[in-house]
Amino acid sequence: MAQEYDRRTIEELVDGTIGFPKLKEMLSSFKDPGRFDTYVSILQERVPWDDKILLPYGEHLYVVLKKDGSRVIKCDCGHEFGDYRQNWKLNALVYVRDDEQKMAELYPKLLAPDPQWQVIREYYCPGCGTQLEVEAVTPWYPVIHDYEPDIDAFYEQWLGRPVPKP
Amino acid sequence: MAIRESDLAAKQTKTIGWNGKTLKEMRREIDELTKETGYYAGLEKLPFKESEPIRFEKIFAKLRGGVVHARETAKRVAASPIVEQEGELCFTLYTPEGDSVVTSTGIIIHVGTMGSAIKFMIENDYEENPGIEPGDIFCNNDCQVGNVHPCDVHTIVPIFWEGEVVGWVGGVTHVIDTGATAPGSMCVGPVTRYDDGYQIACRKIGRNDELLRDWLVESQRSIRTTKYWLLDERTRVAGCHMIRDLVLSIIEEEGIDAYKQFIRELIEEGRRGLINRLKAMTVPGKYRQVAFVDVPYRHPDVDVPPYAKVDTIMHAPSEITINPDGSWELSFDGASRWGWHSYNAQPIAFTSGIWVMMTQTLIPNDRVNDGAVYATQFVLPEGGWMKPDDIRTAHSYAWHFLVSAWSPLWRGLSRAYFSRGYLEEVNAGNANTSNWLQGGGFNQYDTIHAVNSFEAAAEGTGASAVRDGLDHAAAIWNPEGDMGDMEIWELAEPLLYLGRSIKPNTGGYGKYRGGCGYETLRMVWNAKDWTMFFMGNGYMSSDCGLMGGYPAAAGYRFEAHGTDLKERFEKRLPFPQGGDPNPDDPQYEKVLESKEIKRDKQAITTEAIFENYDLYLNYLRGGPGFGDPLERKPEHIEADLNGGYLLPEYAEKVYGAVFTRDEKGRYHVDPKKTEERRKQIRQERLKRGKPTREWMKKERERILRKEAAVQVQHMYASSFSLSEKFLNEFRTFWNLPESWVVTEEELEVPTFGSKLKLTESI
Ligand SMILES: [Zn+2]
Repeated sequence: MAQEYDRRTIEELVDGTIGFPKLKEMLSSFKDPGRFDTYVSILQERVPWDDKILLPYGEHLYVVLKKDGSRVIKCDCGHEFGDYRQNWKLNALVYVRDDEQKMAELYPKLLAPDPQWQVIREYYCPGCGTQLEVEAVTPWYPVIHDYEPDIDAFYEQWLGRPVPKP
Repeated sequence: MAIRESDLAAKQTKTIGWNGKTLKEMRREIDELTKETGYYAGLEKLPFKESEPIRFEKIFAKLRGGVVHARETAKRVAASPIVEQEGELCFTLYTPEGDSVVTSTGIIIHVGTMGSAIKFMIENDYEENPGIEPGDIFCNNDCQVGNVHPCDVHTIVPIFWEGEVVGWVGGVTHVIDTGATAPGSMCVGPVTRYDDGYQIACRKIGRNDELLRDWLVESQRSIRTTKYWLLDERTRVAGCHMIRDLVLSIIEEEGIDAYKQFIRELIEEGRRGLINRLKAMTVPGKYRQVAFVDVPYRHPDVDVPPYAKVDTIMHAPSEITINPDGSWELSFDGASRWGWHSYNAQPIAFTSGIWVMMTQTLIPNDRVNDGAVYATQFVLPEGGWMKPDDIRTAHSYAWHFLVSAWSPLWRGLSRAYFSRGYLEEVNAGNANTSNWLQGGGFNQYDTIHAVNSFEAAAEGTGASAVRDGLDHAAAIWNPEGDMGDMEIWELAEPLLYLGRSIKPNTGGYGKYRGGCGYETLRMVWNAKDWTMFFMGNGYMSSDCGLMGGYPAAAGYRFEAHGTDLKERFEKRLPFPQGGDPNPDDPQYEKVLESKEIKRDKQAITTEAIFENYDLYLNYLRGGPGFGDPLERKPEHIEADLNGGYLLPEYAEKVYGAVFTRDEKGRYHVDPKKTEERRKQIRQERLKRGKPTREWMKKERERILRKEAAVQVQHMYASSFSLSEKFLNEFRTFWNLPESWVVTEEELEVPTFGSKLKLTESI
């Protein structure tokens, strides 16, 4: 059966300091259903703001509940990207590596994608300058809306409890 | 000629299905019951498993153990290093209707492909003609019957109990040559199935457990490496017979009714298992991602017919929808069309491989069977490269597209794992599993030979959210990946090793980096009439990174012809050794004179002549990275520098590392100065980054002016032609006029196959 891990172990997991034997055990075991709550509470404790985290969305990004009941995507620096159903990247900063020189800052020329075939698009948080996502796509490619979680179904049908309200 | 009454009557032979049914009737019944009830074979309850769980598990353990054991034993019969060194074989047990029940380890993509062959035989009334009898042996490797590529040859044997088919067992090995346009089993030259090599479409090749003479004669005359072919076939037959005996002994012990109930319930259990895992590990919702890979066919080193001389790009957008009830849909709408190259795939090959990948993440247990398929809805575009609407397509290196298209699915699921806190399961994606060193001719033993280096079974893996990817470790299609021993490859191939090294900068950068690939420098030695070619991604990286991590490096090739190595060895002069760590600062050329060196991004070529002392660099790719590289721990960067995983220049540029090098040549990263430098880089990002919506306005203008290379436009044109939905979404996103479109015609490239099709007659 699935064992639950203590808070400290999950903190080590989040920090990337967990030892390999423990990590291997985690990988090989059934998933611990209590993980989500422990994980969210660790993240909640670490962010510098008070909005309730409904769902961790990506590195540095969270879907949070605002006082008015709206749900927005928020960076841990405090920058808000807008409604969680919209593509946050449209409200980010983008830097496109679309020529050899810009590619050469990343890879030796022969190891880099050829900008005639593929460009690299880096999305930064306007608040803290963190690189939040990288797309390697052909020119013209629409900005990818990576992830649209169904938060209501997740809480109500899978976790078996109502979604937190303000 | 008149038909006699007696001939027609003779058709009314005894049925071989259960309770007087034909297999075809049984197949239809299963499909209808499953569709009507939503449970496999209508099994709303699992009475056997629920009432006798221990007996149920015991039967499973015996079957699984037996199937794995058969594989291990059969492996020893094989002579081909691909099978013997790399374990490129697999055995699977099926229901009478061709649904998989239990499988061995190995190349488990064939769980689906061999099932597809069984279903094909059922659908095409093999029960009547050629007949299905105890002791029969069938063979299939036809790609349009669901095989991945012709070199995966299937041996399929029915299992009878008291006159009824109680199942089938299939065995597959990856053979080293299929008699295609070029040697090596996964060649680049083919543009149609007629170039793809010897294709056997579900043919009866044996009776009474013995292979037929006409089959042996024909098959031996159809391929280059006859001895390996023969031994591989014996390997498959032996394994199939071992498993058949095992099944019969279990039936004897447990009774036929228990066995029949068991196989049905196990599949339904597999279906429920996937749903439970999705609910336990993911979040309902939508996950979108995309994959591309290059098809650079206009280059002079790709020798194909004129209508195939087109530069294009494989496009595989994917949308995963996880429903609140735990079922899911995987849609590839928007994918580009099949083409005149050997990278097309049949739907079963495409979907089966997805299960191989899922066994490494979502269903990581030994209960791999068709149950998962019944919990999944696939949407594949008609005419897409993974669902060709023309029987002429070539498939010999289907993996070029397959591995590229699958990888983003794992990346997509990783967003869900990340949300749930299962960080240990997060994977930024997979390496493009190339290069494939292939070729053939007369080898060091003066026998005709083909090579296909499975060093590609050990690529860098994707980074996770807690640690780096594994270096030179695995391949998506064979999770037990192994690079093989150099000594064995040198025996198998007339190619000496002048180096085998870690390839720096090939793993995608990130807080956790992708695993690095490696490279081997091979010198042709004692070969005659020898050719080789390259097969890998070159101009593009076939995946993105995840959550701020970068994609893995793209590809290139290095080959040297007419070298002065013979003289250098005689005079004991320096010569190229080891890796090519920075391809922009070539070292080999400093200790080498050659008539011709090819060092460029054309990583796909057709056969070129290689003389003795010519060089070939086999570069195996890295995996994508996770997280912002500016968050990588200084001590990890230091370890990368000292271990040869990262060129110093990029430690500065990508990671913002400030470091020194001591007199012993060891690097030391200064954490404090690095943090300062990183602050600056974040400021530089804020300065150079543009609000996305502003950048979109500029990009929109470029689209309106149709400013993009032909290969890019060709990709869009082919996707638009297959999916009105994709075209409309594209127009909406860029706010383009309703009439805006790109067509293949306007690009002035050959458009063979875009309108007229040859469809299957049977
Ligand atoms: Zn931020």
